[in-house]
Amino acid sequence: MGDCHGCPANSIATLAPPPGFGAPPRRHIVAIVGPPNSGKSTLFNRLTGLRQKVANFPGVTVEHRMGRVKLDQGRDVFVVDLPGVYSLTPRTEDERVTHDVLSGQMKDIPRPDAVLLILDSTNLSRHLVLAAPVLSLGLPTLVILNMADDLKSRGGELNVAELAMQLGSPVALVSAAKGVGLEKIFQFLSGATMGAAPAAPLIQLPVIQDIPKCRAWATTVGNKTGYQAPAPPLWTRRLDAFFLHPVAGPLVFLLVVIAVFQTIFNGARPLMDAVQSAIEMSGRWIGHLLPNEALRSLVVDGIWKGVGSVVIFLPQILLLFLFIGILEDSGYLARAALIADRTMSRFGLQGKSFIPLLSAYACAVPAIMATRTIESKRDRIATILIAPFMTCSARLPVYILIIGAFIPDRHLIGGFLGMQAAAMLGLYVLGFVAAVLTARLLKSTVLKSRRSSFMLEMPPYRWPTVRSLALRLVDRSKVFLWRAGTVILGVAIVIWVLSKLPLQDGKPPAIEHSIVAGIGHVVEPVIKPLGFNWKIGIGLITSLAAREVIVGTLGTIYGIQDTGSQQGLQQALHQDLTQGGAVALLVFFAFAMQCMSTIAVVRRETGGWFWPAIQFAYMTGLAYVCAFLANRIVTFWA
Amino acid sequence: MQVSFKEKVSSKKDRAKNLTELKPGEAGVLEKLDLPDDDARRLMELGFIPGHSVTRGLSAPGGDPRVFRVDGSEVALRRETARRLILK
Repeated sequence: MGDCHGCPANSIATLAPPPGFGAPPRRHIVAIVGPPNSGKSTLFNRLTGLRQKVANFPGVTVEHRMGRVKLDQGRDVFVVDLPGVYSLTPRTEDERVTHDVLSGQMKDIPRPDAVLLILDSTNLSRHLVLAAPVLSLGLPTLVILNMADDLKSRGGELNVAELAMQLGSPVALVSAAKGVGLEKIFQFLSGATMGAAPAAPLIQLPVIQDIPKCRAWATTVGNKTGYQAPAPPLWTRRLDAFFLHPVAGPLVFLLVVIAVFQTIFNGARPLMDAVQSAIEMSGRWIGHLLPNEALRSLVVDGIWKGVGSVVIFLPQILLLFLFIGILEDSGYLARAALIADRTMSRFGLQGKSFIPLLSAYACAVPAIMATRTIESKRDRIATILIAPFMTCSARLPVYILIIGAFIPDRHLIGGFLGMQAAAMLGLYVLGFVAAVLTARLLKSTVLKSRRSSFMLEMPPYRWPTVRSLALRLVDRSKVFLWRAGTVILGVAIVIWVLSKLPLQDGKPPAIEHSIVAGIGHVVEPVIKPLGFNWKIGIGLITSLAAREVIVGTLGTIYGIQDTGSQQGLQQALHQDLTQGGAVALLVFFAFAMQCMSTIAVVRRETGGWFWPAIQFAYMTGLAYVCAFLANRIVTFWA
Repeated sequence: MQVSFKEKVSSKKDRAKNLTELKPGEAGVLEKLDLPDDDARRLMELGFIPGHSVTRGLSAPGGDPRVFRVDGSEVALRRETARRLILK
């Protein structure tokens, strides 16, 4: 919260104490409010670009994004993106947060100086309902009517000046996705920072609690301003007839999933190879620069091979996030949730659990936060408990490494699906099956409840914008590289040091006699039945921090072991893992809960250590038993 | 058996139509939401307001949940929820 390096020094210059002393210059805060699917995030991205970060409100689990908007003359304003809501009645956590921020009751966030109320102009009558409670707050408010391009192309009409009269607040007709009409927003923000924006005047508003009355008011206002609702979105109807077709729909769903895996596996190859050779070349180059033998070993074998073996997977992870981004932004995800609802309900879950579970394929942490839209507490806890079973992107490096090393690269189904991609798909299915069976178990025992209602809005299909997809990828790269630069780097250094000690006659020992091997040998008896030796054991210990760390650890261990040789990590693994052990390792990673961030977020969301402790014990136990069975079965057959 | 049969016949006659009985593309005017307060409010926010027209759209493969067009947007509801929305 305290970062204010960007604030201009001259704001309130005459009264402000010298920088670094006392209160920082006052920051101007503007809140973005709007119903779901009104284009709130698109507008936020448009205004702030890369000058944004995700944060949590103190005491609650709802995430919010805060960003800085640069205005002319070096001034700037902070914009906070509030959760999408239809009303300000504080019933769900999202609504409570929005209500509290706007009324100045949120700790650590001063009451906003102004509000940007964003509404979908193609659905104005319904979205205007939110204007009543927002305008009655009495804050300076700009009403932004988004999707102006859509409104026009579908033959809708509206008198902006008249609407401004009716609402007593300025109105801007914009297209956030295309960046049209934004000048008016910047003008408003500019005015707000100087206290020049007028507060919303008291106009005749309906009883806010009464939805039918609010809706009737919205219709009246709409009629007075000559609002002509646009024709129904023709393309959305056409596409739905295809995507929700009883036969074609599920088929397309499957094809989409398979195509994603195929691309992640094969499409990313050239990029991965490029990253790999860049890392190898830079490693060799740095090796030549370093004169000291020990230092060279630390940097090249420890750090470069450790961190490098994880960074290689960045292209694949970005591809996965790109696909999820396209599915979400285009509106297909809501259709997928609809197709999946019946299946989900068989396991005691609902379609609303589907969206967090789908985003858990990227990462369990945001997925667990996304469960807050589920009103039923029992459904929510069940969804939180099963989310880490979904194959998150951190498992990807481990899967790709092991599959690449142990599964032959042959083609199935007439060359359409490679055997390696099929193995990958199988692991995704395995995680999903474990998740739904666990859900079934939970919902029929400790978390039993009546079937809750399911309502899901189907947004019109839209072209995802390059801008918002690019922002997602930049965001993800930052998180990934940050982790590689901190946790994985730290682990790599520790592993390298421990593998060089204790010194024998002033020289580092053979790796088999080092401390790291000693620790590995302690855990070896426990994991031997799974087909793992001490090196894998060390990898498993370090992967408790985050799953992909095991790849870095193995990179470091093998980097030290065969200095000089250009043998890849995949070939090196063959010395230590049998076919059975490799499959067991994959199964172990499919089930085990090796992720500190997830444990921390579950603790915060469920309000204690009870659920995360149970979850950790259950998942690790399941992983152990299933890995043991997998090793036995594969060894028996092979 | 006979009693329940009779009841069924009479209820079929008197009972108001609900959303599940709309054919694809057919529209009806909403009379009331026979649901707990919280669910009813949420549906009203999505556009299911008494007096407004609701049109049945497509459905998920297998026929459930179904999409309804209401007040300029499309909302999917499960059968058991749609059954509680009574038409005029």
